[in-house]
Amino acid sequence: MSTELQKPQTAVTAPSGHRMPGRESADRKQVTQGRWAYTLLTPTLVLLAVVIIYPVVNAIIMSFQKDSGLDPATGFFSEGGPAGVDNYTHWILQQCGGAACPPGTLGAQFWNSMATTFFFTIVTVALETVLGFWMAVIMARTFRGRSLIRAAVLVPWAIPTAVTAKLWFFIFAFEGIANKLFNTQILWTGSEWPAKWAIVISDVWKTTPFMALLILAGLQLIPDEVYEAAKVDGASAWQRFTQITLPLVKPALMVAILFRVLDALRMYDLPAIMTAGANNTSTLSILVVDQIRQGFNTAAALSTITFIVIFLVAFIFVRFLGANAVAAAGTGKAK
Amino acid sequence: MATATATPTRHTAEPAVRKRPYDWGQFRTYISAAIILIWCLAPFYWMIVTAFRDVGYTFDNTPFFNHVSLDNFRTVFDESLGNHFGLNLVNSLFVAAVTTIVALVVGVFAAYALARLNFRFKFAVMGFILGASMFPGVALVTPLFQLFTNIGWMGTYQALIIPNISFVLPLTVYTLTSFFREMPWELEESARIDGCTQGQAFRKVILPLAAPATFTTAILAFIAAWNEFLIASQLSNDATRTVTVAIAYFAGAQAHQEPYTAVMAAGTIVTIPLVILVLVFQRKIVAGLTAGAVK
Amino acid sequence: MKSNKFLLPAAVAGVLAMTLSACGGGGGGSTATGGGDAAANLDGRGPITYVQGKDNSNVVRPLIEKWNAAHPNEKVTFKEQSDKADQQHDDLVQNLQAKNPNYDVMSVDLIWVAEFAAKGWLQPLKDKTAVPTTGMLESTVKSSTYNGTLYAVPQSSDGGILYYRKDLVQTPPKTWDEMMSMCSIAKQNNIGCYAGQYQKYEGLTVNVAEAINSFGGKIVDDSGKAVVKSDAAKTGLSKLVDAYKAGNIPTEAITFQEEQGRMAFEDGKLLFHRNWPYVYNLAKTDGSSKVKDTFAMAPLPGQSGPGASSLGGHNIAMSVYSKNKATVTDFIKFIASEETQRFYATQGSLAPVLSKLYDDQELVSKLPYLPVLKTSIQNAVPRPVTPFYPAVTKAIQDNGYAAIKGEKTVDAALNDMQSAMEAAGAK
Repeated sequence: MSTELQKPQTAVTAPSGHRMPGRESADRKQVTQGRWAYTLLTPTLVLLAVVIIYPVVNAIIMSFQKDSGLDPATGFFSEGGPAGVDNYTHWILQQCGGAACPPGTLGAQFWNSMATTFFFTIVTVALETVLGFWMAVIMARTFRGRSLIRAAVLVPWAIPTAVTAKLWFFIFAFEGIANKLFNTQILWTGSEWPAKWAIVISDVWKTTPFMALLILAGLQLIPDEVYEAAKVDGASAWQRFTQITLPLVKPALMVAILFRVLDALRMYDLPAIMTAGANNTSTLSILVVDQIRQGFNTAAALSTITFIVIFLVAFIFVRFLGANAVAAAGTGKAK
Repeated sequence: MATATATPTRHTAEPAVRKRPYDWGQFRTYISAAIILIWCLAPFYWMIVTAFRDVGYTFDNTPFFNHVSLDNFRTVFDESLGNHFGLNLVNSLFVAAVTTIVALVVGVFAAYALARLNFRFKFAVMGFILGASMFPGVALVTPLFQLFTNIGWMGTYQALIIPNISFVLPLTVYTLTSFFREMPWELEESARIDGCTQGQAFRKVILPLAAPATFTTAILAFIAAWNEFLIASQLSNDATRTVTVAIAYFAGAQAHQEPYTAVMAAGTIVTIPLVILVLVFQRKIVAGLTAGAVK
Repeated sequence: MKSNKFLLPAAVAGVLAMTLSACGGGGGGSTATGGGDAAANLDGRGPITYVQGKDNSNVVRPLIEKWNAAHPNEKVTFKEQSDKADQQHDDLVQNLQAKNPNYDVMSVDLIWVAEFAAKGWLQPLKDKTAVPTTGMLESTVKSSTYNGTLYAVPQSSDGGILYYRKDLVQTPPKTWDEMMSMCSIAKQNNIGCYAGQYQKYEGLTVNVAEAINSFGGKIVDDSGKAVVKSDAAKTGLSKLVDAYKAGNIPTEAITFQEEQGRMAFEDGKLLFHRNWPYVYNLAKTDGSSKVKDTFAMAPLPGQSGPGASSLGGHNIAMSVYSKNKATVTDFIKFIASEETQRFYATQGSLAPVLSKLYDDQELVSKLPYLPVLKTSIQNAVPRPVTPFYPAVTKAIQDNGYAAIKGEKTVDAALNDMQSAMEAAGAK
C-alpha cells in the first residue's frame, strides 16, 4: 500500500528539513501497520470525538435556537423556537431585538471583549517572548546555582492559575504590598488600564517560565562551535544573536508562541477572579460564561464564535508564520 | 543543516564557560540570575508570609514573617465556616488522578502508533490531536452545561473528568509521542527477531522502557488537570468542588466576609505539594514540557 | 485483531447517534421552560427535603430535629448548599430544570423568586397550599410576590445600616444632605467621609438602588416594566455621583465590596459607612479594629428622613415537583412561625421578618442593631422584582458604575439603564 509510505513533509516542515531515520524503511514492509496503528489510535480518537466534537456539534445546533422568552400574557417563560442567525447577529452586529444593544447588556460588550482578548494576547505574549528569551539566555549560561534558577522558574508555572489570580489580587489590593512597595495609591482593580496591566503582569509572571524553558531547549540545540566560528569571523554579540541565535531558535520559538497565543486567547481564570471582567477586562471566555446564566443558546453562539476566532488565529499562524508544531510533532523531524 | 549537525552534541551542548579572571560577564549573569530568582519567587514568598499572618493584620505589609499564626490553616479546614477544603482536596486528587490515568492508558497506544508506525492520514491525526489540545474550554462549557443538566450529570465526577480529558489527553499523546521517538527501538526489533509478536514486543520490551517517559507525562497531565478552573467552576457542585474553585470562592465566618489570609493559606496548601513535585522532578518536567517543541 | 477495521466506523456511528439523539430529544437544547403541575400532589404527605445555602450558625439542624421529633412520618432531610449565592442559584436551577422531586422546599434569595416563578418552578401559595403572611414586614412579602401571586414566604431579612463614628459625630445624620454637610468633620480628621459598596458586582446594584429609591425613584414598576428614567431617579443617582466627584466618597471606594469597606471603617479611615448588620460583631471584636468603642449605628439617610434600604434576605418556596405538598405547606408555616423566627434571631443573628420581634427586649439586648434595622427594613425596597434579574442587575451595575466614575452623565446612564433593561425584556 503505497499510501502507507510516509511522504516527506518538506512543504510544511521547518527550514531545517529532516531526514527519515533508516529504521523506518524496514517498517514499510509491514502491510498490517495501518490497521494496527488505527487500532491503537481508536480509543484516543473516539474519546476526543466524544468530549470535543460532540459538544461542539451540539453547541452549533443550540446556537440556531432562540432562548426561551417571557410570554407577557401569562408571565411565564415559553420555548424560543428556531432563531436563524439571530444569535450570531446579536453578538456580531450588536442587535438586541431589532435595535442596537444598549450599554449595560452583554451583547454590547462583544467587540470590547474581543478587543480586550486580543490586547491581552498580544501584550502578554510579546512580553513573555522578550522576557522568556532573556531568561533563557541567562539560563543557558554556565554558572553556579544554575539548577536553582531552573527550578525556581518552574514555581510560577506549577501554581494553579486560580491561586495565582488570588495571590496577585491580594498583592494589587489598594492597601496591598504593590502600592506599599512603590509608594503609590493606584486602584489597580478600579479602573481600566491599571486593571488590565495588573492582569498582564500576573499572566506574564505565571507563563514566562514556560516560554523561557521552550526557548532554552531551542538554545541548547545550537552547538557552541557555531558561535566560536562566528567569533573567529569577527561577528559582534548582536550579530551573533540576530544571525545565529534567532534563526536557529526560531522553530522552537514559533511553537512556543503559537501555544501561548492560543492559550491567551482563551484566557479566563485571571480576569474572572481578579476583576470579574469589570473595567473592560472581560475576555470572550468570561462573556460566554456570563451569558450562560442568561440563555444557553445565545451563549452557544458566542462560544462558537470564540472557537472560530481561535481556529482562524491558529490557522493563520501555521499557514503564514511557519509555526510548524504539527509538522514537528507529526513527522519526527530530525533533531 | 544546522540543526542536523547539532545532533552529536545535543545532550552535552552547553555554551562553554569562557574562563577569564574577574569576569564581568559572569558578574552580570549572577545579577540577572538574582533578578529572575526574585521575580519568580517573591510573589510565592508573599503568599506564604500572608498565609501565616494573623487575619487581623491582613494588610500589615511587613515583608517578613510577623504576627505569625496558624489560625488561617485552621480556618481553611473549618467545616463550621462552610469550608470543606479536605473534601475539595480529595475531589481534586480524584478528578486529576482519574483524568491522568484514563489519558495515559488511552494515550500511550496512540502515541506509540504516532511515533512508530506509518499509516494513512498520520499528519491529519496528529493535527487533530494537537488542535484538540488548544481547544478553548469555554466552547465545551456551554453545551456540556446544558447536556449535563438534561441528563442529571451536573456536579458529578464524570461531568468534571470528561471535559478534562479533552485537553489532558491531547497533551499526553503529544508529549508521549515526542518521548517515544527518542527510545531505542532497535530493542523491539531484536525482540521480534527472537520470535515475539508485535503486541508482545510492545508489552514486554517497549512498555517497561517507556515507563520513565510515561511517568513524566503523568506528572504533566496531573498538574494540568489539578490546575483546571473554568470547567470545574461551572460544572461542579458542593460535593464535587475542586480546590481551585474552592479557593476562588472562599468563605469566611459570615456572609460577605472574605479572609485573604486564609485564601493564601489554602493557596499554600495546594501549591506546596506541586512545588515539591516540580523541584524533585525538575529535569524530567523540563524535558516533558519541551518535548515536541524542539525535537 | 480481525475486527479492528470495524472499530472506527462503529465509533463514528456511535458518536453520530449520540449527537442525533440529543438533537431530537432536547429540541436542540432549550428545556429551560415548562413548569410542573401546580395542581398535583396537593394532599401528599411524607418525607421531604429542605434545601438551603450554608447553615452559618447552626440554625437549621436544631429546627429540623425539632420538626422531625413532632412529625415522625413526615421527616425533613436537610440538603446544605455552598455559601456562595451564585453557586446556590446554579444548584437550584439545575435541580429544578431536571424536575428533581427531591428539592421539595428551598430557601431562595429574594432576587431569584421572580425568575423561578416565571419559569414555572414554584408552587403558588394559595388555596390548599396557602400560608398566612400577617405581621410580616411589607417589603419582605412584596419580594415573595410575582404577578400578584405569592410564590414564597419571607424567611429571613437583611437591610443596610449606617455605621458612624460616635466620637466624631454626636447625632447621626437623618438625611443624605445632612450627612454630606458633616463631611467637613472627616476632612478635619483626615479620613474618608462616606462609603458603601461601589465595585461592579451585586453590591453596586444594592447601593445604586438605595440612592434611587431613597429619593423616590423606581427601577421597575409593579408590573415589571423598567421605569428608571425619572426625575426622582436622576436626583438620587446624582447624589451618589456628586459625592464621589467631590471626594466625600473616597476614590478607593470604587473598589469596595463589603469586606474592603468594613476593613477601612474598622481601620478608622471612614466617618460613615453603609454596610449590613454582620459588620457589628466584627467591628466590636476584631483584634485590629480601631473603632471598637467609638462606632454606633443609624438608619440609612434619605431625602427628608430615613432612606430606602435595599432589601436582602431569603424566602422559603415550594417546588411544583414536590410529591408531598401538604407536608411542605406545614413546614413553611413552621419556618414562618414566631417561635422559629425568634430562634433565627437568637441563634443565627438573622433579622426576623415578623415586625413585632424588632421591639422584643430580649432580642434587642442580644442584637443591638435591631431597632435601627427595623427602620431600615420598614423603609426597604426589594431590588427589582423581575424574571430577568441577571440582565437587569447588569444594566444597573454597568451604567451606575460608569456614572459614578464620571464616564457618563447621570442622564445618559439612566437612559442606557432603561434601554438595557428593556432589551432584556423588562418592558
